Amino acid sequence: MHKLLTDNPGNKMLLLGNEAISRGAIEAGLAFAATYPGTPSSEISLNFFKISQESDLYFEYSTNEKVALEVAAAAANSGVRSMCIMKHVGLNVAADALMTLAYVGVKGGLVIITADDPFMFSSQNEQDNRYYGKLSGLPVIEPSSVKEAKEMMPYAFDLSEELQEPVLFRTTTRINHSTAIVELGKIRKRVPKGSFKKDPFNYVTVPAVSRKLHVKLLKNIEKASHLSDNSIYNFIEGKGEFGIVCNGVSYIYVSDAVKDLNLEDKVRILRIGFSHPMPAKLIKTFLKDCKKVLVVEEGEPYMEEAVKAFAQEEGLTLSIRGKGEDLFSRLYEFDPAMVRKCIAKFFDAASPSTKTVDLSNVPELPQRPPNLCAGCSHRATFYAVKKAAEGLETIYPTDIGCYTLGFLPPLGMGDFLICMGSSVGTSCGFSKITDNKVISFIGDSTFFHSGIPGLVNAVFNNHNFTLVILDNGITAMTGHQPNPGVDMSNFNLSGYGRIVIEDVVKALGVQHITVIRPYRIKKSIEAIKEAINFKGVSVIISKEMCTLYSKSLKKPAGKPFYISEKCKNHRNCVNDLACPAFFIKDNRVHIDPVMCAGCSVCAQICPENAILPLKDRK
Amino acid sequence: MKTTRLIIVAVGGQGNLLASRILGEASLLSGIPIRMSEIHGMAQRGGVVESALVFGDAESTIISDGEADVLVGFEPSETLRALNKCNSGTTVITNLSPLPPFTVAIGKGIYPDLGMLQELIRAKTKRLIAFDATALAKEAGNVMSVNMVLLGALLQTGILPLSADNVKEAITVRTGKFAEFNIKAFELGFSSAKLS
Repeated sequence: MHKLLTDNPGNKMLLLGNEAISRGAIEAGLAFAATYPGTPSSEISLNFFKISQESDLYFEYSTNEKVALEVAAAAANSGVRSMCIMKHVGLNVAADALMTLAYVGVKGGLVIITADDPFMFSSQNEQDNRYYGKLSGLPVIEPSSVKEAKEMMPYAFDLSEELQEPVLFRTTTRINHSTAIVELGKIRKRVPKGSFKKDPFNYVTVPAVSRKLHVKLLKNIEKASHLSDNSIYNFIEGKGEFGIVCNGVSYIYVSDAVKDLNLEDKVRILRIGFSHPMPAKLIKTFLKDCKKVLVVEEGEPYMEEAVKAFAQEEGLTLSIRGKGEDLFSRLYEFDPAMVRKCIAKFFDAASPSTKTVDLSNVPELPQRPPNLCAGCSHRATFYAVKKAAEGLETIYPTDIGCYTLGFLPPLGMGDFLICMGSSVGTSCGFSKITDNKVISFIGDSTFFHSGIPGLVNAVFNNHNFTLVILDNGITAMTGHQPNPGVDMSNFNLSGYGRIVIEDVVKALGVQHITVIRPYRIKKSIEAIKEAINFKGVSVIISKEMCTLYSKSLKKPAGKPFYISEKCKNHRNCVNDLACPAFFIKDNRVHIDPVMCAGCSVCAQICPENAILPLKDRK
Repeated sequence: MKTTRLIIVAVGGQGNLLASRILGEASLLSGIPIRMSEIHGMAQRGGVVESALVFGDAESTIISDGEADVLVGFEPSETLRALNKCNSGTTVITNLSPLPPFTVAIGKGIYPDLGMLQELIRAKTKRLIAFDATALAKEAGNVMSVNMVLLGALLQTGILPLSADNVKEAITVRTGKFAEFNIKAFELGFSSAKLS
């Protein structure tokens, strides 16, 4: 049995934040979930994927976040407790659905997870999705700890059903990827089947209906505001004259800092866990008891703006500060020492001296950026494209996935990236406005997610570029999730369809389509040359299973290679490929046989044919 | 309860997350409050993996610069890179077997001299325990058990509010058929730290 299904209330478990969130949803009777994977949210869905294989929970990996939200919205409007899980930027993709779903509302509880990523550990931006609450009018719930992430989940479902609205559940990386001891609660029985009651004059959002629904939404926000004022997750601690308003992980940093600074008697804390609508009454009461107030929140001054506005409404003139050059930054994530320092500064408290060691005589260390794995097929494709395009002025728009790492030297294959699917759309623009040869890269999952509309556009508007679809048979970057092109028998699952990328591209009317096997370097280079000489849209599908995934499926691997005495130290292998299996010892290149995946790409490009399969070693 | 802060740094694939998980499970077994945090998005892509473990009463799950009581590095240059987390009272434990990043192979960086590396850490912190954990892992029968060797050394220092027996129990529960190798590796690390 999956450990998160353990029906033993009171039992304690060590859980990752994302496990705690999944468990909280299971305790809330979650029956239906849809997602598109994205760090730091991915493990939540991975748990549901596994749980769905041994229970009546329905779970699916949808094509993208917008589709996932539509799928979940239908289930919730059929009365079933549902969830939709995504990273923060995923909500941009789903925003079109979100904004009007807020008008329509739900019948069964619907919780939407938005996992924000301050500091951008694995994201392209650090947008603060609390503003989506304000933009859509939907309630926002934010936990401060792993323990609370579990506890708040049943609350969020109840809230959703009380308001008949979806609830945004906003986490940050330090909630998702922290681990703590969590006490299990009771599991509410799942109701896995729903029924849809027709009501077109409340469900079909033509203008006349939406005008009415917007009125309903505004009334709902008012009701939510009252609930926020009385929520157990918006609470005041302490009785001092110094006020601190905080949310999320900032709250735990504040708690530690207040203790460390011996300010327990002087500080009054308002913790906000229900952050849209902000609890107006509670904040106004809080402000009246404070001499000055510090707002501690990662990201944007979302609460600070609200608190200042409430003070103005009450005619209060106390100092309210948060973001500013001398205090908190809008950049990156916070840490306990930084929060402690700002609190000490703002309230004139004695701060313990910093204890950091002097690093001035530590030499510069070699960087260790993440790298494509040993034997990664993307490396082979990038090398082949680079060779095929030698002598051409090129632009390489790229996309989101492991292959984004190809932009690093020595491959240097990646010139422009803004979001999922942008490789294709931007190729249209670059090829029209410049005289460069445009060759872009997109992975299989990203192609299904949002690459297809760009390609339709390219064919219709008769653009001129080459799109390389890197089909490694899995959504690799986020931890090997399925996508519509994946052979689900690899997961021992049946009853799924499978979409062949080549057929899709053909059906879209692309006139030049080539499928290559990237480990065959010479053949690949020839095929790519032909494709890039084609005038119009050409597509190359580079097919080779992700080497990590292949290993996890225990597929037969290639024999490792070694570098024989014939090596004359040209080092094309190391300098052109930078495969992590290479290392230099005594000024000679060696291959780590444990890491080597046996792809043979280095052996094919060695000018001396000095790289040989290990079994042939004499 | 006194707060003890531990940072573990490693290269993706060295088993940092498993080591942290075992300390977490051992804390659960012995009723010690624990919170931990990890950055593992790139764990399988050869990047640096850092875990922070906070034992005791603090609420935070991350550790600021200069605030680690113990730093354990599974790879020597990564130990040195994490020196910003240390203060003059920090105990540092490091493996001495290097895994040079590929930037060194392509001439984009110089791997630090191991003698200099140890001198630097020793001069700036309270105590340095440095040994070849990879060799001990091989001796235990599995090169993948470097993490367990270092856990052994860590428990020997007595800085964590956990007993070696609790940790061994968690290793047994957590690592199934590899438990025997792992316990042996743990014990080799434990006795090796005693000598350094």
